[in-house]
Amino acid sequence: MTQATPTLSRARYALGPWARTAGLTVCALLTLGPVAWTVSTSLRTPAESFDLPPQIVPTHPGTAAYHGVFEQIDVWLLALNSTLVTALIAAGQMVTAGLAGYAFARLDFRFKKPLFALVLATMMVPLQVTIVPVFLVLKSMGLTDTLLGLIVPAFPTAFGTFLMRQYFLGMPKDLGEAAMLDGAGPWRIFRSVYAPLARPGLAIVGVLAFNYHWNEFFRPLILETSGRNYTLPLGLVSLQGNLGTGSVSVVLAGVVLSMLPAVAVFVVGQRPLREGITSAGVNR
Amino acid sequence: MTDTRISPARPRTASPAARAVRPGPRERGTRLLAAVFLAPTVVGIVVFTVVPIVGSVVLSLFHWNVIDPPGFAGAANYREAFGDSTVLVSFRNTLVFMVFAVAAQLLIALALALTLNGRMPAWLRSVFRSAFFFPLVLSAASISVVMKYLFNQDFGVVNWLIGLFGIAPVPWLTSEHGAMATVVIVYVWQQFGFSFLLFVGGLNNIPKEIHEAAALDGATGPRKHLAITLPLLSPTLLVASVVGIINALQVFEQPYVLTDGGPGDSTRTVVMVIYEKAFEQLRFGEASAVGVLLFVLIMAVTALQFRLSRRFVHYQ
Repeated sequence: MTQATPTLSRARYALGPWARTAGLTVCALLTLGPVAWTVSTSLRTPAESFDLPPQIVPTHPGTAAYHGVFEQIDVWLLALNSTLVTALIAAGQMVTAGLAGYAFARLDFRFKKPLFALVLATMMVPLQVTIVPVFLVLKSMGLTDTLLGLIVPAFPTAFGTFLMRQYFLGMPKDLGEAAMLDGAGPWRIFRSVYAPLARPGLAIVGVLAFNYHWNEFFRPLILETSGRNYTLPLGLVSLQGNLGTGSVSVVLAGVVLSMLPAVAVFVVGQRPLREGITSAGVNR
Repeated sequence: MTDTRISPARPRTASPAARAVRPGPRERGTRLLAAVFLAPTVVGIVVFTVVPIVGSVVLSLFHWNVIDPPGFAGAANYREAFGDSTVLVSFRNTLVFMVFAVAAQLLIALALALTLNGRMPAWLRSVFRSAFFFPLVLSAASISVVMKYLFNQDFGVVNWLIGLFGIAPVPWLTSEHGAMATVVIVYVWQQFGFSFLLFVGGLNNIPKEIHEAAALDGATGPRKHLAITLPLLSPTLLVASVVGIINALQVFEQPYVLTDGGPGDSTRTVVMVIYEKAFEQLRFGEASAVGVLLFVLIMAVTALQFRLSRRFVHYQ
């Protein structure tokens, strides 16, 4: 196969694999470096936070910074708020997207095409453009500065609906037809035939929702004005504002704590996450 | 579907064909189920997206500060926006940011995806792939908190690192160009993994036979990429750049946390201006006008891209 390749460029290519791996390694280190620095600095005493050169293995490791962050902010409350918001949104999106996706894929009704077009069109609308009226709608409902105000508007998901529609369309039609011949009604066909097959698709919707809303900053910043409703990212940014550059390791300890669930999902749900991110790009 | 309703003149016991289209119990059951299944999504999207879009346009035509009753303003909010130097600077900053951030994001992602596509043990490939998309799962706000320390001029790791190569300390966050560069770097650091995943997927979709045929014809290395891989990858490139641009035009967390728009207005972005006008100064009408302008800009850039792409994108 390589006969056609001149010897010179072949020799140059022999160096290829090593150069490639070295280049990729440097890039991977640059990518993970800030995270590694965050973890190692959070394990140092506040006084040693700024030691240069930075030590990846702390000279005097300790958990002083972690005690500090629990003293400075109510980590448990922030974590509880973040967990409630994220879990309820993820669960809610799995329900709404699963149901609507199924309706668009497998049920016949009037205005199906224009309704689906409407759902698709809203994927193009940036949140920041609609935030002022959304804020006013929530205010009129008395939902500003409540966790519900963050949760309820995030239930409908245009992208999740699209994803689940594709997922249901990919399932064989004869399954439902066979059930229908056996006398199953439309609800039974959904409940017993198609819904159980939808789990991997729902996992993608759930993992994407978790990843997005656990890290969300813009909406909580606008909606939640009192500290008791802060989520983790909001709490950490205000912690940095309050402490200035005095105790870096304390702030970083907070960052590490807030990262843990996201890292856990990255490890456990990497596959649905990757599939979701990729299809988010391909279909948007 | 529903002839009988549109033409009530038709007698009820008309042709069998007419009776056949009238919904039976099964069809009615299906429609009811569809209505129940769609209600949460459709009602939610109408209340929280469709109404707010219309609301934004309507609000942009009024002066309103929540306290006093709203007064009709006509195009005054738009005139004010075009006369407000902060608004104009924020649009310029956002466009400059977008150009550098998207270019860097796409180039880095493409280079890494092509490099990773070469021959390599499968475990090593998956280690690299995981590393490159890891930053995507972190919070942009928290990462910006971390980066603020790393880019500190006096005791930050970044200046120490470039000092090893003999480069003088850079005032990353305290000079105008430095601040914009930092915002771009921090954004790209977190976002390139997204384009990277798209490119990896796109490259996997190129049939192996094409590469083999190219090798037989003597095309290798950069030439092969330019002549064969890139044209085949062009649909993915289009998607990655469209999504990249839409996202970049909405940048908020990084400048908000890293620089708060400063020094001066040098890193103030459009979304920051919307936020400040609406929720710090309570000028809802003006904020909505800026929001509508941003929306128009996003639509225009996206339309332009699809138009240009007709010439450059090859579908197999």
